[in-house]
Amino acid sequence: MSDPTSLTIAAARKSLGKGEISALELTDAYLAAMERARILNAYVAETPEQARAMAKESDRRLAAGSARRLEGIPLGIKDLFATRGVHTQACSHVLDKFKPTYDSTVTANLFKDGAVMLGKLNMDEFAMGSSNETSYYGKVINPWRRKGSNAALVPGGSSGGSATAVAAQLCAGATATDTGGSIRQPAAFTGTVGIKPTYGRCSRWGIVAFASSLDQAGPLARDVRDAAIMLRSMASHDPLDTTSVDLPVPDYEAALTGDIRGLRIGIPREYRMEGMPADIDALWQKGADWLKARGAEIVDVSLPHTKYALPAYYIVAPAEASSNLARYDGVRYGLRVEGDDVISMYENTRAAGFGTEVKRRIMIGTYVLSAGYYDAYYVKAQKVRTLIKRDFDEAWGKVDVILTPATPSAAFAPGEITDPVQMYLNDIFTVTVNMAGLPGIAVPAGLDSGGLPLALQLIAKPFDEPTLFRAAHVLEDCAGFSAKPDKWW
Amino acid sequence: MPVDSKMVRRIARLARIKVSEEDVPRLEGELNAILKWIEMLDEVDTSNAEPLTSMVRMQMKMREDVVTAGQDPDAVMANAPTKDDSFYVVPKVVE
Repeated sequence: MSDPTSLTIAAARKSLGKGEISALELTDAYLAAMERARILNAYVAETPEQARAMAKESDRRLAAGSARRLEGIPLGIKDLFATRGVHTQACSHVLDKFKPTYDSTVTANLFKDGAVMLGKLNMDEFAMGSSNETSYYGKVINPWRRKGSNAALVPGGSSGGSATAVAAQLCAGATATDTGGSIRQPAAFTGTVGIKPTYGRCSRWGIVAFASSLDQAGPLARDVRDAAIMLRSMASHDPLDTTSVDLPVPDYEAALTGDIRGLRIGIPREYRMEGMPADIDALWQKGADWLKARGAEIVDVSLPHTKYALPAYYIVAPAEASSNLARYDGVRYGLRVEGDDVISMYENTRAAGFGTEVKRRIMIGTYVLSAGYYDAYYVKAQKVRTLIKRDFDEAWGKVDVILTPATPSAAFAPGEITDPVQMYLNDIFTVTVNMAGLPGIAVPAGLDSGGLPLALQLIAKPFDEPTLFRAAHVLEDCAGFSAKPDKWW
Repeated sequence: MPVDSKMVRRIARLARIKVSEEDVPRLEGELNAILKWIEMLDEVDTSNAEPLTSMVRMQMKMREDVVTAGQDPDAVMANAPTKDDSFYVVPKVVE
Protein backbone atom coordinates (compact mmCIF):
# COMPACT_ATOMS: atom_id res chain seq x y z
CA MET A 1 0.00 0.00 0.00
CA SER A 2 1.13 3.57 -0.71
CA ASP A 3 1.48 6.06 2.14
CA PRO A 4 -1.30 5.18 4.61
CA THR A 5 -1.37 8.77 5.91
CA SER A 6 -2.81 9.86 2.56
CA LEU A 7 -6.06 8.00 3.30
CA THR A 8 -9.15 9.97 4.26
CA ILE A 9 -11.14 8.65 7.22
CA ALA A 10 -13.69 7.14 4.82
CA ALA A 11 -10.92 5.43 2.81
CA ALA A 12 -9.09 4.23 5.92
CA ARG A 13 -12.33 2.82 7.30
CA LYS A 14 -12.71 0.78 4.11
CA SER A 15 -9.08 -0.44 4.07
CA LEU A 16 -9.23 -1.39 7.75
CA GLY A 17 -12.51 -3.22 7.19
CA LYS A 18 -11.06 -5.23 4.33
CA GLY A 19 -7.89 -5.98 6.25
CA GLU A 20 -5.69 -4.22 3.67
CA ILE A 21 -4.00 -2.41 6.51
CA SER A 22 -4.02 -2.92 10.28
CA ALA A 23 -4.90 -0.21 12.75
CA LEU A 24 -1.42 -0.54 14.22
CA GLU A 25 0.24 -0.02 10.81
CA LEU A 26 -1.93 3.03 10.23
CA THR A 27 -1.13 4.46 13.67
CA ASP A 28 2.59 3.76 13.25
CA ALA A 29 2.59 5.56 9.89
CA TYR A 30 1.11 8.65 11.57
CA LEU A 31 3.50 8.47 14.53
CA ALA A 32 6.42 8.39 12.08
CA ALA A 33 4.97 11.31 10.10
CA MET A 34 4.56 13.30 13.35
CA GLU A 35 8.17 12.71 14.25
CA ARG A 36 9.36 13.98 10.87
CA ALA A 37 7.11 17.06 11.07
CA ARG A 38 8.08 18.38 14.50
CA ILE A 39 9.30 21.58 12.88
CA LEU A 40 5.64 22.47 12.25
CA ASN A 41 5.04 22.36 16.03
CA ALA A 42 1.51 20.98 15.57
CA TYR A 43 1.65 18.62 18.56
CA VAL A 44 2.46 19.73 22.10
CA ALA A 45 2.31 16.15 23.40
CA GLU A 46 2.69 12.92 21.45
CA THR A 47 1.18 9.81 23.01
CA PRO A 48 2.67 6.91 21.01
CA GLU A 49 2.25 4.30 23.74
CA GLN A 50 -1.43 5.01 24.23
CA ALA A 51 -1.94 5.25 20.48
CA ARG A 52 -0.41 1.83 19.89
CA ALA A 53 -2.41 0.26 22.73
CA MET A 54 -5.62 1.72 21.33
CA ALA A 55 -4.71 0.58 17.80
CA LYS A 56 -4.04 -2.96 19.03
CA GLU A 57 -7.46 -3.03 20.68
CA SER A 58 -8.94 -1.83 17.37
CA ASP A 59 -7.18 -4.64 15.52
CA ARG A 60 -8.66 -7.14 17.97
CA ARG A 61 -12.13 -5.73 17.33
CA LEU A 62 -11.65 -5.64 13.58
CA ALA A 63 -10.55 -9.27 13.62
CA ALA A 64 -13.52 -10.23 15.80
CA GLY A 65 -15.95 -8.46 13.47
CA SER A 66 -17.06 -6.03 16.16
CA ALA A 67 -15.60 -2.84 14.73
CA ARG A 68 -17.12 0.41 15.91
CA ARG A 69 -17.77 3.54 13.80
CA LEU A 70 -14.29 5.02 14.03
CA GLU A 71 -12.41 1.79 14.70
CA GLY A 72 -8.67 2.36 14.40
CA ILE A 73 -8.91 5.91 13.01
CA PRO A 74 -5.96 7.97 14.36
CA LEU A 75 -6.98 11.42 15.54
CA GLY A 76 -5.24 14.46 16.98
CA ILE A 77 -6.92 16.13 19.97
CA LYS A 78 -6.80 19.87 20.58
CA ASP A 79 -5.11 20.66 23.91
CA LEU A 80 -8.39 22.25 25.11
CA PHE A 81 -10.05 18.83 25.56
CA ALA A 82 -9.51 17.02 28.85
CA THR A 83 -7.85 13.65 28.23
CA ARG A 84 -7.34 11.40 31.21
CA GLY A 85 -3.73 11.27 32.39
CA VAL A 86 -2.51 13.24 29.37
CA HIS A 87 -1.23 16.83 28.93
CA THR A 88 -4.26 19.18 28.98
CA GLN A 89 -3.22 22.80 29.37
CA ALA A 90 -5.13 24.84 26.78
CA CYS A 91 -1.53 25.66 25.77
CA SER A 92 -1.21 27.91 28.81
CA HIS A 93 1.55 28.03 31.41
CA VAL A 94 -1.08 28.59 34.12
CA LEU A 95 -2.18 24.94 33.75
CA ASP A 96 1.42 23.78 34.19
CA LYS A 97 1.64 19.96 34.50
CA PHE A 98 -2.17 19.58 34.60
CA LYS A 99 -3.28 16.04 33.80
CA PRO A 100 -7.01 15.54 34.22
CA THR A 101 -8.41 12.47 35.97
CA TYR A 102 -11.29 12.34 33.47
CA ASP A 103 -12.05 12.63 29.74
CA SER A 104 -14.13 15.32 28.07
CA THR A 105 -17.46 14.02 26.76
CA VAL A 106 -16.42 14.66 23.14
CA THR A 107 -13.15 12.70 23.40
CA ALA A 108 -14.87 9.96 25.42
CA ASN A 109 -17.44 9.68 22.61
CA LEU A 110 -14.68 9.39 19.99
CA PHE A 111 -12.76 6.77 21.97
CA LYS A 112 -15.98 4.83 22.63
CA ASP A 113 -16.38 4.68 18.84
CA GLY A 114 -12.90 3.21 18.45
CA ALA A 115 -10.80 6.27 17.55
CA VAL A 116 -7.08 6.24 18.37
CA MET A 117 -5.48 9.27 20.04
CA LEU A 118 -2.12 10.30 18.57
CA GLY A 119 -1.47 13.24 20.87
CA LYS A 120 -2.48 16.75 21.91
CA LEU A 121 -2.50 19.59 19.43
CA ASN A 122 -1.11 23.08 19.74
CA MET A 123 -3.49 26.05 19.88
CA ASP A 124 -3.66 29.71 20.86
CA GLU A 125 -3.57 30.01 24.65
CA PHE A 126 -7.10 29.39 25.98
CA ALA A 127 -8.28 29.52 22.34
CA MET A 128 -7.66 33.28 22.29
CA GLY A 129 -6.10 34.14 18.97
CA SER A 130 -6.42 33.90 15.20
CA SER A 131 -2.86 32.93 14.26
CA ASN A 132 -1.68 30.36 16.81
CA GLU A 133 1.01 32.79 17.93
CA THR A 134 -0.22 33.07 21.55
CA SER A 135 0.51 29.46 22.57
CA TYR A 136 2.86 28.98 25.53
CA TYR A 137 4.39 26.17 23.44
CA GLY A 138 5.34 28.41 20.54
CA LYS A 139 3.75 29.17 17.22
CA VAL A 140 2.51 26.57 14.76
CA ILE A 141 3.78 26.71 11.17
CA ASN A 142 1.34 26.36 8.28
CA PRO A 143 2.43 23.57 5.90
CA TRP A 144 1.41 25.85 3.03
CA ARG A 145 3.85 28.43 1.66
CA ARG A 146 3.36 31.16 -0.88
CA LYS A 147 4.39 30.13 -4.41
CA GLY A 148 8.15 30.51 -4.82
CA SER A 149 8.70 31.51 -1.19
CA ASN A 150 10.22 29.80 1.84
CA ALA A 151 8.71 32.26 4.31
CA ALA A 152 6.65 30.78 7.13
CA LEU A 153 2.92 31.45 7.36
CA VAL A 154 0.52 31.10 10.27
CA PRO A 155 -2.09 28.31 10.16
CA GLY A 156 -4.76 30.56 11.68
CA GLY A 157 -6.17 30.05 15.12
CA SER A 158 -7.08 29.17 17.61
CA SER A 159 -7.19 25.56 16.30
CA GLY A 160 -3.92 26.07 14.40
CA GLY A 161 -2.34 22.80 15.53
CA SER A 162 -5.45 20.89 14.48
CA ALA A 163 -5.50 22.54 11.05
CA THR A 164 -1.78 22.03 10.43
CA ALA A 165 -1.94 18.41 11.56
CA VAL A 166 -4.83 17.67 9.18
CA ALA A 167 -3.30 19.56 6.24
CA ALA A 168 0.14 17.98 6.71
CA GLN A 169 -1.38 14.49 7.19
CA LEU A 170 -0.20 14.15 10.78
CA CYS A 171 -3.60 12.72 11.77
CA ALA A 172 -6.64 11.45 9.89
CA GLY A 173 -8.78 14.14 11.49
CA ALA A 174 -8.66 16.41 14.53
CA THR A 175 -10.92 17.78 17.21
CA ALA A 176 -11.15 21.56 17.41
CA THR A 177 -13.28 24.25 19.04
CA ASP A 178 -14.77 27.46 17.73
CA THR A 179 -15.74 30.49 19.83
CA GLY A 180 -15.51 33.18 17.13
CA GLY A 181 -14.08 31.33 14.14
CA SER A 182 -11.40 29.09 15.66
CA ILE A 183 -12.35 26.07 13.53
CA ARG A 184 -13.37 27.77 10.29
CA GLN A 185 -10.59 30.36 9.97
CA PRO A 186 -7.71 27.84 10.38
CA ALA A 187 -9.56 25.46 8.04
CA ALA A 188 -9.63 28.26 5.45
CA PHE A 189 -5.90 29.00 5.94
CA THR A 190 -4.88 25.36 5.44
CA GLY A 191 -7.21 24.04 2.74
CA THR A 192 -9.08 21.78 5.15
CA VAL A 193 -12.75 21.42 6.09
CA GLY A 194 -13.97 22.66 9.47
CA ILE A 195 -17.48 22.76 10.88
CA LYS A 196 -18.73 24.55 13.94
CA PRO A 197 -22.01 22.84 14.77
CA THR A 198 -25.05 24.48 16.32
CA TYR A 199 -24.50 25.65 19.91
CA GLY A 200 -25.62 22.75 22.09
CA ARG A 201 -24.88 19.98 19.56
CA CYS A 202 -21.63 18.86 21.22
CA SER A 203 -21.22 18.72 24.97
CA ARG A 204 -18.84 21.30 26.41
CA TRP A 205 -18.14 19.13 29.45
CA GLY A 206 -14.41 18.64 29.92
CA ILE A 207 -13.47 21.31 27.37
CA VAL A 208 -11.48 24.10 29.03
CA ALA A 209 -13.98 26.98 29.07
CA PHE A 210 -13.29 30.25 27.24
CA ALA A 211 -16.68 31.93 26.56
CA SER A 212 -19.40 29.53 27.60
CA SER A 213 -22.26 31.00 25.54
CA LEU A 214 -20.16 30.80 22.35
CA ASP A 215 -17.82 27.78 22.67
CA GLN A 216 -18.59 24.74 20.52
CA ALA A 217 -16.52 21.71 19.57
CA GLY A 218 -16.31 20.45 16.01
CA PRO A 219 -14.05 18.49 13.69
CA LEU A 220 -11.28 19.59 11.33
CA ALA A 221 -10.98 17.12 8.48
CA ARG A 222 -9.66 16.61 4.97
CA ASP A 223 -13.04 16.66 3.29
CA VAL A 224 -16.74 17.13 3.95
CA ARG A 225 -17.46 13.42 4.29
CA ASP A 226 -14.77 12.99 6.95
CA ALA A 227 -16.15 15.99 8.85
CA ALA A 228 -19.62 14.40 8.71
CA ILE A 229 -18.26 11.08 9.99
CA MET A 230 -16.42 12.75 12.88
CA LEU A 231 -19.25 15.03 13.96
CA ARG A 232 -21.66 12.11 14.25
CA SER A 233 -19.38 10.58 16.86
CA MET A 234 -18.53 13.85 18.64
CA ALA A 235 -22.12 15.05 19.07
CA SER A 236 -24.34 13.79 21.87
CA HIS A 237 -26.78 14.84 24.52
CA ASP A 238 -24.94 15.06 27.81
CA PRO A 239 -26.58 15.49 31.22
CA LEU A 240 -23.27 17.01 32.40
CA ASP A 241 -23.78 20.06 30.14
CA THR A 242 -27.18 21.69 30.62
CA THR A 243 -26.80 23.56 27.32
CA SER A 244 -26.32 20.35 25.37
CA VAL A 245 -29.47 19.60 23.44
CA ASP A 246 -31.55 16.47 23.81
CA LEU A 247 -32.02 15.77 20.11
CA PRO A 248 -31.04 12.60 18.26
CA VAL A 249 -27.75 12.83 16.33
CA PRO A 250 -28.48 12.33 12.62
CA ASP A 251 -26.37 10.22 10.27
CA TYR A 252 -24.69 13.20 8.63
CA GLU A 253 -22.99 11.06 6.02
CA ALA A 254 -26.39 9.95 4.75
CA ALA A 255 -27.15 13.61 4.01
CA LEU A 256 -24.40 13.75 1.34
CA THR A 257 -26.76 13.04 -1.56
CA GLY A 258 -25.19 15.41 -4.08
CA ASP A 259 -28.63 16.84 -4.78
CA ILE A 260 -29.27 20.51 -4.01
CA ARG A 261 -31.96 21.14 -6.60
CA GLY A 262 -34.38 23.75 -5.29
CA LEU A 263 -32.20 24.62 -2.28
CA ARG A 264 -32.34 28.37 -1.65
CA ILE A 265 -28.91 29.89 -1.07
CA GLY A 266 -28.72 33.37 0.45
CA ILE A 267 -26.00 35.88 -0.47
CA PRO A 268 -25.81 38.51 2.30
CA ARG A 269 -24.88 41.87 0.82
CA GLU A 270 -23.31 43.13 4.07
CA TYR A 271 -20.48 40.58 3.71
CA ARG A 272 -19.12 42.52 0.73
CA MET A 273 -16.58 44.40 2.82
CA GLU A 274 -14.58 47.40 1.71
CA GLY A 275 -11.02 46.48 0.86
CA MET A 276 -11.80 42.77 0.45
CA PRO A 277 -9.19 41.11 -1.83
CA ALA A 278 -10.45 40.65 -5.41
CA ASP A 279 -9.56 36.94 -5.28
CA ILE A 280 -11.99 36.38 -2.43
CA ASP A 281 -14.79 38.40 -4.00
CA ALA A 282 -14.36 36.47 -7.26
CA LEU A 283 -14.35 33.13 -5.46
CA TRP A 284 -17.55 34.03 -3.64
CA GLN A 285 -19.25 34.78 -6.97
CA LYS A 286 -17.90 31.56 -8.41
CA GLY A 287 -19.31 29.63 -5.46
CA ALA A 288 -22.77 31.06 -6.06
CA ASP A 289 -22.50 30.21 -9.78
CA TRP A 290 -21.46 26.63 -9.03
CA LEU A 291 -24.37 26.03 -6.69
CA LYS A 292 -26.77 27.63 -9.16
CA ALA A 293 -25.51 25.33 -11.91
CA ARG A 294 -26.37 22.40 -9.66
CA GLY A 295 -29.96 23.54 -9.37
CA ALA A 296 -29.91 25.79 -6.29
CA GLU A 297 -31.68 29.12 -6.28
CA ILE A 298 -29.54 32.15 -5.43
CA VAL A 299 -31.32 34.78 -3.33
CA ASP A 300 -30.03 38.16 -2.12
CA VAL A 301 -30.50 38.59 1.62
CA SER A 302 -29.68 41.31 4.10
CA LEU A 303 -28.07 40.85 7.51
CA PRO A 304 -27.90 44.50 8.55
CA HIS A 305 -26.18 44.04 11.92
CA THR A 306 -23.22 42.08 10.52
CA LYS A 307 -20.59 44.74 11.21
CA TYR A 308 -21.61 45.01 14.87
CA ALA A 309 -21.06 41.32 15.58
CA LEU A 310 -17.32 41.59 16.10
CA PRO A 311 -17.30 44.55 18.54
CA ALA A 312 -20.19 42.93 20.45
CA TYR A 313 -18.22 39.69 20.54
CA TYR A 314 -15.26 41.56 22.06
CA ILE A 315 -17.48 42.46 24.99
CA VAL A 316 -19.28 39.13 25.46
CA ALA A 317 -16.30 36.80 24.97
CA PRO A 318 -13.82 38.63 27.26
CA ALA A 319 -16.56 39.11 29.89
CA GLU A 320 -17.27 35.38 30.00
CA ALA A 321 -13.55 34.60 29.83
CA SER A 322 -12.74 36.84 32.79
CA SER A 323 -15.28 34.88 34.80
CA ASN A 324 -14.24 31.42 33.54
CA LEU A 325 -10.54 32.07 34.02
CA ALA A 326 -11.01 33.26 37.61
CA ARG A 327 -10.54 29.62 38.63
CA TYR A 328 -6.80 29.71 37.89
CA ASP A 329 -5.69 30.78 41.32
CA GLY A 330 -2.70 28.58 42.09
CA VAL A 331 -4.62 26.53 44.67
CA ARG A 332 -6.35 23.58 43.05
CA TYR A 333 -4.28 22.86 39.94
CA GLY A 334 -1.60 24.24 37.69
CA LEU A 335 1.04 26.85 38.32
CA ARG A 336 1.58 28.46 41.70
CA VAL A 337 3.86 31.41 42.37
CA GLU A 338 4.12 32.22 46.07
CA GLY A 339 3.57 35.69 47.50
CA ASP A 340 3.47 37.51 50.83
CA ASP A 341 -0.22 36.73 51.35
CA VAL A 342 -3.01 34.92 49.58
CA ILE A 343 -3.87 37.85 47.27
CA SER A 344 -0.29 38.39 46.16
CA MET A 345 -0.03 34.62 45.57
CA TYR A 346 -3.06 34.87 43.24
CA GLU A 347 -1.66 37.94 41.51
CA ASN A 348 1.82 36.50 41.07
CA THR A 349 0.46 33.18 39.81
CA ARG A 350 -1.82 34.79 37.25
CA ALA A 351 0.82 37.32 36.13
CA ALA A 352 3.31 34.51 35.47
CA GLY A 353 0.78 31.99 34.16
CA PHE A 354 -1.21 33.96 31.58
CA GLY A 355 0.21 35.31 28.33
CA THR A 356 -0.23 38.85 27.01
CA GLU A 357 -3.37 38.29 24.94
CA VAL A 358 -5.13 36.34 27.69
CA LYS A 359 -4.35 39.06 30.24
CA ARG A 360 -5.61 41.71 27.85
CA ARG A 361 -8.91 39.89 27.41
CA ILE A 362 -9.35 39.17 31.12
CA MET A 363 -8.82 42.87 31.80
CA ILE A 364 -11.30 43.98 29.13
CA GLY A 365 -13.80 41.47 30.50
CA THR A 366 -13.24 42.57 34.08
CA TYR A 367 -13.74 46.19 33.06
CA VAL A 368 -16.98 45.67 31.09
CA LEU A 369 -18.47 43.64 33.94
CA SER A 370 -17.40 46.03 36.70
CA ALA A 371 -19.88 48.11 38.67
CA GLY A 372 -21.25 51.03 36.66
CA TYR A 373 -20.22 49.66 33.24
CA TYR A 374 -22.22 46.42 33.06
CA ASP A 375 -25.31 47.91 31.38
CA ALA A 376 -23.37 50.09 28.97
CA TYR A 377 -21.24 47.22 27.71
CA TYR A 378 -22.41 43.71 28.53
CA VAL A 379 -26.18 44.26 28.43
CA LYS A 380 -25.82 46.38 25.29
CA ALA A 381 -23.75 43.67 23.59
CA GLN A 382 -26.29 40.98 24.49
CA LYS A 383 -29.03 43.17 22.97
CA VAL A 384 -26.99 43.56 19.78
CA ARG A 385 -26.69 39.80 19.79
CA THR A 386 -30.48 39.52 19.76
CA LEU A 387 -30.55 41.79 16.70
CA ILE A 388 -27.93 39.67 14.93
CA LYS A 389 -29.95 36.54 15.62
CA ARG A 390 -33.11 38.32 14.43
CA ASP A 391 -31.37 39.19 11.13
CA PHE A 392 -30.72 35.49 10.55
CA ASP A 393 -34.22 34.48 11.66
CA GLU A 394 -35.65 36.80 9.02
CA ALA A 395 -33.29 35.44 6.36
CA TRP A 396 -34.42 31.88 7.14
CA GLY A 397 -37.86 32.87 5.89
CA LYS A 398 -36.34 33.22 2.42
CA VAL A 399 -33.37 30.86 2.25
CA ASP A 400 -32.17 27.48 3.52
CA VAL A 401 -28.43 28.14 3.57
CA ILE A 402 -26.24 31.27 3.42
CA LEU A 403 -22.99 31.47 1.41
CA THR A 404 -20.19 33.85 2.46
CA PRO A 405 -16.40 34.11 2.28
CA ALA A 406 -14.75 32.37 5.25
CA THR A 407 -11.96 34.88 5.92
CA PRO A 408 -11.04 38.38 4.71
CA SER A 409 -7.57 37.15 3.56
CA ALA A 410 -5.41 34.10 2.96
CA ALA A 411 -2.81 33.02 5.55
CA PHE A 412 -0.39 35.74 6.65
CA ALA A 413 3.11 35.68 8.14
CA PRO A 414 3.93 35.32 11.84
CA GLY A 415 4.47 38.76 13.36
CA GLU A 416 2.69 40.46 10.45
CA ILE A 417 -0.31 41.53 12.54
CA THR A 418 0.61 43.07 15.89
CA ASP A 419 -2.37 45.37 16.48
CA PRO A 420 -4.98 43.45 18.54
CA VAL A 421 -7.99 44.95 16.75
CA GLN A 422 -6.48 44.16 13.31
CA MET A 423 -6.02 40.56 14.48
CA TYR A 424 -9.62 40.41 15.71
CA LEU A 425 -10.85 41.41 12.22
CA ASN A 426 -9.84 37.96 10.95
CA ASP A 427 -13.07 36.63 12.41
CA ILE A 428 -15.34 39.18 10.77
CA PHE A 429 -17.17 36.60 8.60
CA THR A 430 -17.26 33.79 11.13
CA VAL A 431 -18.17 35.48 14.41
CA THR A 432 -21.79 36.27 13.50
CA VAL A 433 -22.43 32.52 13.42
CA ASN A 434 -21.24 32.08 17.02
CA MET A 435 -23.19 35.12 18.19
CA ALA A 436 -26.40 33.58 16.77
CA GLY A 437 -25.53 29.99 17.80
CA LEU A 438 -25.78 28.68 14.22
CA PRO A 439 -23.87 25.92 12.42
CA GLY A 440 -21.23 27.04 9.91
CA ILE A 441 -18.74 25.18 7.74
CA ALA A 442 -15.61 26.30 5.88
CA VAL A 443 -14.92 24.48 2.61
CA PRO A 444 -11.71 24.99 0.59
CA ALA A 445 -12.76 26.42 -2.75
CA GLY A 446 -9.67 27.69 -4.55
CA LEU A 447 -6.19 29.18 -4.43
CA ASP A 448 -5.33 32.87 -4.41
CA SER A 449 -2.81 34.43 -6.80
CA GLY A 450 0.00 33.41 -4.43
CA GLY A 451 -1.09 29.75 -4.47
CA LEU A 452 -2.60 29.78 -0.96
CA PRO A 453 -5.92 28.15 -0.08
CA LEU A 454 -9.11 30.21 0.18
CA ALA A 455 -12.41 28.97 1.57
CA LEU A 456 -16.08 29.71 1.43
CA GLN A 457 -18.41 29.44 4.40
CA LEU A 458 -21.92 28.02 4.45
CA ILE A 459 -24.31 28.78 7.32
CA ALA A 460 -27.55 26.94 8.12
CA LYS A 461 -30.49 27.04 10.53
CA PRO A 462 -30.03 25.70 14.06
CA PHE A 463 -29.56 21.91 14.05
CA ASP A 464 -29.84 21.76 10.27
CA GLU A 465 -26.33 20.31 9.90
CA PRO A 466 -27.69 17.72 7.43
CA THR A 467 -28.58 20.48 4.93
CA LEU A 468 -25.31 22.25 5.71
CA PHE A 469 -23.30 19.10 4.94
CA ARG A 470 -25.35 18.43 1.80
CA ALA A 471 -24.66 21.89 0.41
CA ALA A 472 -20.99 21.80 1.50
CA HIS A 473 -20.50 18.45 -0.20
CA VAL A 474 -21.80 19.86 -3.51
CA LEU A 475 -19.69 22.99 -3.11
CA GLU A 476 -16.62 20.82 -2.51
CA ASP A 477 -17.45 18.73 -5.56
CA CYS A 478 -17.81 21.82 -7.77
CA ALA A 479 -14.63 23.45 -6.47
CA GLY A 480 -12.66 20.25 -7.02
CA PHE A 481 -10.02 21.50 -4.58
CA SER A 482 -7.23 18.93 -4.72
CA ALA A 483 -4.13 21.06 -4.09
CA LYS A 484 -1.77 19.91 -1.33
CA PRO A 485 1.10 21.77 0.28
CA ASP A 486 4.58 20.77 -0.92
CA LYS A 487 6.11 18.50 1.68
CA TRP A 488 9.09 20.72 2.56
CA TRP A 489 9.44 19.59 6.19
CA MET B 1 -15.42 55.58 28.08
CA PRO B 2 -11.61 55.70 28.07
CA VAL B 3 -9.63 54.25 30.97
CA ASP B 4 -6.77 56.08 32.70
CA SER B 5 -3.74 54.63 34.45
CA LYS B 6 -5.58 54.59 37.77
CA MET B 7 -8.38 52.53 36.21
CA VAL B 8 -5.86 50.13 34.63
CA ARG B 9 -4.42 49.45 38.11
CA ARG B 10 -7.93 49.01 39.50
CA ILE B 11 -8.92 46.51 36.78
CA ALA B 12 -5.69 44.57 37.30
CA ARG B 13 -6.40 44.40 41.01
CA LEU B 14 -9.98 43.20 40.40
CA ALA B 15 -8.68 40.60 37.94
CA ARG B 16 -5.98 39.51 40.42
CA ILE B 17 -3.21 39.98 37.89
CA LYS B 18 -0.03 41.68 39.06
CA VAL B 19 0.85 44.44 36.62
CA SER B 20 4.20 46.21 36.83
CA GLU B 21 4.28 50.02 36.71
CA GLU B 22 6.12 50.01 33.38
CA ASP B 23 3.33 47.90 31.81
CA VAL B 24 0.56 50.31 32.81
CA PRO B 25 0.99 52.79 29.91
CA ARG B 26 1.05 50.00 27.30
CA LEU B 27 -2.09 48.38 28.75
CA GLU B 28 -3.80 51.74 28.97
CA GLY B 29 -3.17 52.30 25.26
CA GLU B 30 -4.29 48.80 24.23
CA LEU B 31 -7.42 48.77 26.34
CA ASN B 32 -8.43 52.19 25.07
CA ALA B 33 -7.90 51.16 21.43
CA ILE B 34 -10.22 48.18 21.96
CA LEU B 35 -12.80 50.18 23.91
CA LYS B 36 -12.79 52.90 21.24
CA TRP B 37 -13.47 50.31 18.54
CA ILE B 38 -16.29 48.82 20.62
CA GLU B 39 -17.92 52.27 20.78
CA MET B 40 -19.23 51.48 17.29
CA LEU B 41 -22.10 49.77 19.10
CA ASP B 42 -23.44 53.16 20.19
CA GLU B 43 -24.84 53.54 16.65
CA VAL B 44 -27.14 50.55 17.15
CA ASP B 45 -30.68 51.19 18.33
CA THR B 46 -31.32 48.44 20.87
CA SER B 47 -34.47 49.93 22.39
CA ASN B 48 -36.58 47.09 20.95
CA ALA B 49 -34.23 44.25 21.85
CA GLU B 50 -34.04 42.11 24.94
CA PRO B 51 -30.58 40.80 25.88
CA LEU B 52 -29.97 37.37 24.39
CA THR B 53 -29.84 34.80 27.16
CA SER B 54 -30.12 31.48 25.35
CA MET B 55 -29.55 30.18 21.86
CA VAL B 56 -32.26 27.60 21.74
CA ARG B 57 -35.47 27.77 23.68
CA MET B 58 -35.51 24.69 25.83
CA GLN B 59 -36.79 23.50 29.13
CA MET B 60 -34.14 23.16 31.80
CA LYS B 61 -33.92 19.53 32.76
CA MET B 62 -34.54 18.37 36.32
CA ARG B 63 -32.70 15.48 37.86
CA GLU B 64 -32.83 13.50 41.06
CA ASP B 65 -31.01 15.25 43.89
CA VAL B 66 -28.54 12.46 44.48
CA VAL B 67 -24.77 12.20 44.60
CA THR B 68 -23.52 10.95 41.22
CA ALA B 69 -19.81 11.60 41.60
CA GLY B 70 -17.32 12.34 44.34
CA GLN B 71 -15.96 10.44 47.30
CA ASP B 72 -12.63 10.33 45.55
CA PRO B 73 -10.40 12.87 47.29
CA ASP B 74 -7.26 11.49 45.64
CA ALA B 75 -8.62 12.26 42.17
CA VAL B 76 -9.79 15.70 43.29
CA MET B 77 -6.43 16.53 44.85
CA ALA B 78 -4.32 14.90 42.13
CA ASN B 79 -3.32 18.19 40.49
CA ALA B 80 -2.96 20.42 43.55
CA PRO B 81 0.36 22.30 43.45
CA THR B 82 0.64 22.14 47.26
CA LYS B 83 -1.38 19.92 49.55
CA ASP B 84 -1.38 18.41 52.99
CA ASP B 85 -3.17 15.09 53.03
CA SER B 86 -6.61 15.90 51.53
CA PHE B 87 -6.31 19.64 52.08
CA TYR B 88 -5.24 22.44 49.78
CA VAL B 89 -2.58 24.63 51.29
CA VAL B 90 -2.90 28.41 50.98
CA PRO B 91 -1.00 31.27 52.63
CA LYS B 92 -2.39 32.25 56.01
CA VAL B 93 -5.64 34.23 55.53
CA VAL B 94 -6.79 34.67 59.16
CA GLU B 95 -4.53 36.11 61.85
